[in-house]
Amino acid sequence: MNYFELYNLPAQFEIDLDKLKQHYQTLQKLTHPDKFASASEQQKRMYLTKNSQVNDAYSVLRMPVARGEHLLELRGIELANEQDTVGDVGFLMEQMEWREALEDADSIKVLEQLVADNHKTIQKQEYEIAQLLLKNTESDNHEAAQELRKMKFMIKLASEIDSKLERISDVS
Amino acid sequence: MAYSQKVIDHYENPRNVGGFDKDDPSIATGMVGAPACGDVMKLQLKVGANGIIEDAKFKTYGCGSAIASSSLVTEWVKGKSIDEATLIKNTDIAEELALPPVKIHCSILAEDAIKAAVADYKKKHSS
Repeated sequence: MNYFELYNLPAQFEIDLDKLKQHYQTLQKLTHPDKFASASEQQKRMYLTKNSQVNDAYSVLRMPVARGEHLLELRGIELANEQDTVGDVGFLMEQMEWREALEDADSIKVLEQLVADNHKTIQKQEYEIAQLLLKNTESDNHEAAQELRKMKFMIKLASEIDSKLERISDVS
Repeated sequence: MAYSQKVIDHYENPRNVGGFDKDDPSIATGMVGAPACGDVMKLQLKVGANGIIEDAKFKTYGCGSAIASSSLVTEWVKGKSIDEATLIKNTDIAEELALPPVKIHCSILAEDAIKAAVADYKKKHSS
């Protein structure tokens, strides 16, 4: 199923997030099961299916990594299995350094700097992925898939920085 | 989710945490990562002139199962030749640690780390 079509949005990586939210609210209202209390069982089931598609599509389209992967799937690019490991040594070394910096961070100030650096890196990744997906050649699409895998590491790191920041803020 | 006793043991008392100088010719370094959960694993082997692994160290950022899998592997590879070490299968690791299906990828990460380290060693010594 093409989630971009469902939301009447162009099938591209960069989308208008405000529009996405507006369409989500409209589609939610149109398909909400509560509205069809008097409908037949068959109709109810249909609306329920539609409603869950609307929700699934929203959760995919609003997150950059999931949106990028969905776009690649629509383009027929096979995404690497989740169990496939990443072997890019330079990238992994950097990841190791990020984790070490996070481990050593012992003040809110240091952690906030990490948040800022991490955010900057994710923005850069997002920009590069957008460029690759815009070019839309076979090799650019494959490269975009690789970059999306790397972006997952940064997003995971972001959540780890956040939870450490929360722990430290609670104590002080 | 409940971790097995063995996972908890390795998690609380990880064996052989640390690292060696990666530029030392007798050191093999394997780096791998799992995008699904953002885990990063570094496994280093100290290989003797006879091709036998004398020592192993690891550093892993990830969940308990990933740490336990790499800790276990450092124990298992010692005394093996590098080729024997590559015969360690993720299924052996998963079985030993009683990993649940959702954590199988942690054992795959550890298996791939051994392979990456051995490949690094062979590359270092091919010329």
